[in-house]
Amino acid sequence: MTTEDSTAHSTALLTLEGLTKAYPGVVANDDVSFAIQPGEVHALLGENGAGKSTLVKMIYGLVAPDAGRMIFKGAPYAPAEPRAARAAGVAMVFQHFSLFEALSVAENIALGMEHPPRMRDLAARIRDVSEAYGLPLDPFRVVGDLSAGERQRVEIIRCLLQNPQLLIMDEPTSVLTPQEVDILFKTLEKLKIEGTSILYISHKLEEIRRLCDAATVLRLGKKIATCNPQEETARAMAEMMVGTVLQVPERKAHDEGPVALSIRELSLPAPSEFGTALKDISLEVRKGEVLGIGGVAGNGQDELTAALSGEQLSPSGSVFIRNDDLSTAGPAQRRAAGLLVAPEERLGHAAAPAMSLIENALLTGRTREGLARSGLINWTKSGSFADAIIARFDVRTPSARVAARSLSGGNLQKFVIGREIMQRPDVLVVNQPTWGVDASAAAAIRQALLDLAAKGAAVVVISQDLDELMEICDRFCALNEGRLSAPVPAAGLTVEQIGLMLGGAHDMHEATA
Amino acid sequence: MIRLERRPAPSRLWAALTPALAVFATMIAGGLMFALLGKPPVEAIRTIFWDPLFGEFAFYYRGQLLVKAAPLVLIAIGLSIGFRAGIWNIGAEGQYIIGAILGGGVGLAFYPMTGWYIFPLVVLFGAIGGWAWAMIPALLRVKFNTNEILVSLLLVYVAEQILASMSLGLLRNPDGNGFPGSRNLSAYEATANPELIAGTGAHWGVVAATIAVIFAYILMTRHVLGFQIKVSGEAPRAARFSGVNPDRLVIFCLGISGALAGLAGLFELTGPAGQISIDFNQGYGFTAIIVAFLGRLHPVGILLAGLLIALTYIGGEAAQTNLGLPSASIDAFQGMLLFFLLAMDTLSNFRIRFGRAKVA
Repeated sequence: MTTEDSTAHSTALLTLEGLTKAYPGVVANDDVSFAIQPGEVHALLGENGAGKSTLVKMIYGLVAPDAGRMIFKGAPYAPAEPRAARAAGVAMVFQHFSLFEALSVAENIALGMEHPPRMRDLAARIRDVSEAYGLPLDPFRVVGDLSAGERQRVEIIRCLLQNPQLLIMDEPTSVLTPQEVDILFKTLEKLKIEGTSILYISHKLEEIRRLCDAATVLRLGKKIATCNPQEETARAMAEMMVGTVLQVPERKAHDEGPVALSIRELSLPAPSEFGTALKDISLEVRKGEVLGIGGVAGNGQDELTAALSGEQLSPSGSVFIRNDDLSTAGPAQRRAAGLLVAPEERLGHAAAPAMSLIENALLTGRTREGLARSGLINWTKSGSFADAIIARFDVRTPSARVAARSLSGGNLQKFVIGREIMQRPDVLVVNQPTWGVDASAAAAIRQALLDLAAKGAAVVVISQDLDELMEICDRFCALNEGRLSAPVPAAGLTVEQIGLMLGGAHDMHEATA
Repeated sequence: MIRLERRPAPSRLWAALTPALAVFATMIAGGLMFALLGKPPVEAIRTIFWDPLFGEFAFYYRGQLLVKAAPLVLIAIGLSIGFRAGIWNIGAEGQYIIGAILGGGVGLAFYPMTGWYIFPLVVLFGAIGGWAWAMIPALLRVKFNTNEILVSLLLVYVAEQILASMSLGLLRNPDGNGFPGSRNLSAYEATANPELIAGTGAHWGVVAATIAVIFAYILMTRHVLGFQIKVSGEAPRAARFSGVNPDRLVIFCLGISGALAGLAGLFELTGPAGQISIDFNQGYGFTAIIVAFLGRLHPVGILLAGLLIALTYIGGEAAQTNLGLPSASIDAFQGMLLFFLLAMDTLSNFRIRFGRAKVA
């Protein structure tokens, strides 16, 4: 290390210098440099595919950089594996939990330790740490019974038991209700006061402005800027992230139309052991209206979508389009009646990954677009339908002949939602329309949904993203453990009210420090 | 450590070349095997692949080629439709037997009447027999979610028992002096399935196989049902979302492959085999699985693969008589062909990496 370096970074906890990592065909990180100070909450901001995950994996020892170096606590740092990173004082909470559902909290934590102490001692330590940081957790509860927020606490406590100096958190709030987010932020602030640095990965800008001291923006693998999020507007940061000026969706005033879709007291048993039963769901959506259904994933969203698409049939008298009872009609009949659905999972559900966009256009467009006559497929017409979707929804693809899986998430989502919108639905149901989609594609999709409603269609948006729902919905209701709350007008709803509708913090708030 | 790593985009050229390469590799490995058995390898390979087509007795062998290829292609076409949808009928051998028994039984019931309508009726019941036998795994899967691979496979052994019982009991030739086996259906004019063009070996089964290839081609490239079959194989959830009824597809795919296997059995019975006997089945139903994959589940590919495998059958028999090769070595030879095909397939989709695994 040169003297110049040591003076420049003597105060920093972790310094990254020129980190570069290339995969075949793509440079995931290109000469990325920044520093994290002790006791700092540092945001790592970027769209999907900007290189956030790769960068974090290098810090955590999962991936070795091609070039560049890292300095941790004044010494060169190059972890060969996560164990080395943990030994140095770096811990990470992943977006997807790695917990065994059948084991207790303490057993799960013991499994991740090199030399686990006796269960009784470990349980006592878990209690100490959890109380100290306002994350109460019973060490003997079985993980399978815990909410998503509580499972995340298990992962956080697992990290805190190592007394890390740097805690990496990957999209920690994506599974939490607003109240749970508050609890988490209090914990993080406490850690910060004690001098622990936190590298916080997110694309939720308001959160970052609330919590973080510094933010590094990545775009296409390159560092764009390190800024102070409190001094920037959310919009300015979003534009740094995207690289273009964002359009805010426009809403046009509309009249209340007649009821297009109604669900009447629909109850369905859970389709599998890990599914959610739907309990007594009733709703009405009018023509020209956008109804938002909020809630944390796993509370019946997929089951409700399947009950609407016809993949799951319902007892007669529960699902109506206008006045037609479609409860026992399959997907094809429902499409013919004007009820179109875009499910959450793009690859494998909404689209067949290995098949071309033409074949995927045919997948749901056959009846309404007349792409087959007496059983014989009209490939020319299917091709022009696919081309029309690509042109109107600005799907970036070399041609309609490429396989669906070769498209980026945002482009495929534009294609999948465009495919349904192009069929002029009377009712469109979309589940997580902008999940994992970059900001500009998300804005385009939201605008397309609003335009569709303005033309007189009824639109149901099922989403975890509350900001999105507030942006485009006329009315809002919450899905929690398979029950749907009564809808309320979206205008003027506060985050707290929404949080309460979503079932509060799953019995966590009373224990908050 | 050796690992397989998926290639970003498999080369189309390699995908097209793999069957030819697999045949070539089989020739080399087979030649080695023959050499180890103490037989002249080059001569053995020539006897198997060259002589039946261009040798001294080619006039005889060429006719045999179509006789052997017809049932293989007919069965493999049916199997390939199900395989594309991820529905695995492994029991075509059993459907082949039951088709022959039911169709043959109907034919024998008419004996000794004559009439133009008897043969079509016999053919129809051959198809119904195979279809009905395939409906057992289909309905069990739809109703009780059983595994159609196991059920269809085990039913082969049940069918073989029925075949033995029929040859010894119900369908035994009353004029056969007590020998097992039915009357000769190819000698009974109303049910005979003769060679249509002298010297070619082409009987009605060859006609049926050709029609099946054409229909399968149209089904898979132009028809909605073929599209639904492909989607179901590629992405079952997407298929359900698009409105495919998976139960109906199971019944269709097992039904069509059963019916075609039954037809193959019936044409074999009324033509080359002649009578229902204990050793009536020759393993076409299992070899057709190799044919289906060797032809890449594509109708035209299956046609070519069926001819190729028929060639190894005939050439193998010739090598057995001329060079004294053990008959098991021909089975091993066909096994090698499938092995090399699958290996080449894997290598065209994946590449081999040596060294420590890195998490990417």
